[in-house]
Amino acid sequence: MRDRYEIRFAGSGGQGVILAAVVVGEAAAIYEGLNSVQTQAYGPEARGGKSKSEVVISRGSIDYPKATSPDLQIILNQTSCDEFIGQTAKGGVVVVDDTYVSSVADSEAEVFMLPIVKTAREKIGRELVTNMVALGVTARVLEKEGLMKADSIKKAILARVPKGTEEMNEKAFNAGYNLMKAIR
Amino acid sequence: MTRVEFWQGNVSVAYGAIAAGCRFFGGYPITPSSEIAEVMAEELPVYNGRFIQMEDEIAGIAATIGGAVAGYKSMTATSGPGFSLKQENLGLAYMAEIPIVVVDVMRGGPSTGLPTSIAQQDVMQARWGTHGDHATIAYAPSSVQECYEVTIKAFNMAERFRQPVLIMSDEVLGHMREKVIVPDNETLTIVDRKRPSCSPEEFIPYRPDPEDNLPPMASFGDGYRWHITGLTHNEWGFPTNCPEEIAKKTARLMDKVNAYRDEIVEYETENVEDADVIVVAYGSVARTALSAVRQARDKGLKVGYFRPVTLWPFPDRELESLAEKAGRLIVPELNFGQMVHEIERAVHGKAAMVQMSLVNGELFQPSEILEKIEEVAR
Repeated sequence: MRDRYEIRFAGSGGQGVILAAVVVGEAAAIYEGLNSVQTQAYGPEARGGKSKSEVVISRGSIDYPKATSPDLQIILNQTSCDEFIGQTAKGGVVVVDDTYVSSVADSEAEVFMLPIVKTAREKIGRELVTNMVALGVTARVLEKEGLMKADSIKKAILARVPKGTEEMNEKAFNAGYNLMKAIR
Repeated sequence: MTRVEFWQGNVSVAYGAIAAGCRFFGGYPITPSSEIAEVMAEELPVYNGRFIQMEDEIAGIAATIGGAVAGYKSMTATSGPGFSLKQENLGLAYMAEIPIVVVDVMRGGPSTGLPTSIAQQDVMQARWGTHGDHATIAYAPSSVQECYEVTIKAFNMAERFRQPVLIMSDEVLGHMREKVIVPDNETLTIVDRKRPSCSPEEFIPYRPDPEDNLPPMASFGDGYRWHITGLTHNEWGFPTNCPEEIAKKTARLMDKVNAYRDEIVEYETENVEDADVIVVAYGSVARTALSAVRQARDKGLKVGYFRPVTLWPFPDRELESLAEKAGRLIVPELNFGQMVHEIERAVHGKAAMVQMSLVNGELFQPSEILEKIEEVAR
């Protein structure tokens, strides 16, 4: 594994991007024995507004806690896409949602447009689980990179979501995982 | 058995406090410190402790002082605006020698400033915020693991020296989640205040034990009579105008900490042995600094890293000898220059000072400090 792997989730408030990053951080720290740091930036609004959350994963010690050039970005709205896509690391991966992002600026990164929100709405029936679909996508990318097992992220989700919602969340996670697996 | 957690800095402070034996929290929620109050509200009842949300910041620290006087290890937590409001009662706790822990999760100021953004603008307020001379013990953690560890130390120091101890955290650290290896409680060193060994009739509340120059502390309700005042008082706790008694009391407030300075001061270094330039940073900024120093080392530059863990007492002698060898110090801070003046004092002109200030609500980027290192090292 590389010294430092940076992941950023970005979207609008209410899409669950902070929880998504927390789950990845927990999966890394608790289920994979890695070091991880999760940070966030958001405005005072509870819904809407910009929301950004990052996780840095490393086998060694992590000094600077924020992402400087993310290796993986999951972007769920247009403003975030415009602002962040250019910051992706060389050879990095960007996954954008095809409902809320319509134009993607040129970038050196490998960019995938996936129906993340649509999957949550139509396959699971709740847009609320958008972040769980995004986590499925993330799990597949991290598994392909050899960073962690997809199952560790699933475990972290199940340990965190409210009782009685495990099945819905797991279904959303699996759907996201399969979306990414079909292409990568 | 140790266990692994993925905690926010604020949550780590709260669990560190409980591990240290904290059983009372009086507070008033304020961003970015509220998670401390939240965890204490949830957890303290489990340990037969008490959490009280008071009507404001002033009452929050007042209740905390009361909790300590009643015999409980007590804490309050706040951020800039609340830290300002607490200063008067902080002074009371210094004067009356009440052990409490006060956490300030720093955000941008002045006034209500920036509730959700980082700054380091309160570090001089930690030293001089309340009026009158007193010794200050203030920790500046820089990781979530360290939040747990310094909170335990803060309680130990408060109990040992009978005075407030401050934890100067910041918004990034308070809200950041990071892996924490929680030590087994059995392995922790926990200090409890010294209680009087005499009978209530013989008790003189502020008469220092000659052994350590510190008066043992009775709890209200134990049967020991004790008068508490913010006025300068004699050994019986009553106000005095006697110059001899005044001099004795005020000198002891300084001496009780200064005499043990070497046991309190803590700092961390990396790559300082052969350094021509040393970056001195604390709190979250230290992590950016360390990243920049490591990158500079990769480029072959002889750069070192020095992080005071205790801002007060400041590790001045320790830094002075390193600074003299290096000759140049870079001091990045999220303010217009506060600790930099203390650092200047510490090194007695033996090193050139390069000050870096950022006051836009964000952390420095490693590249910004790296650039400065390259410029200075040239």
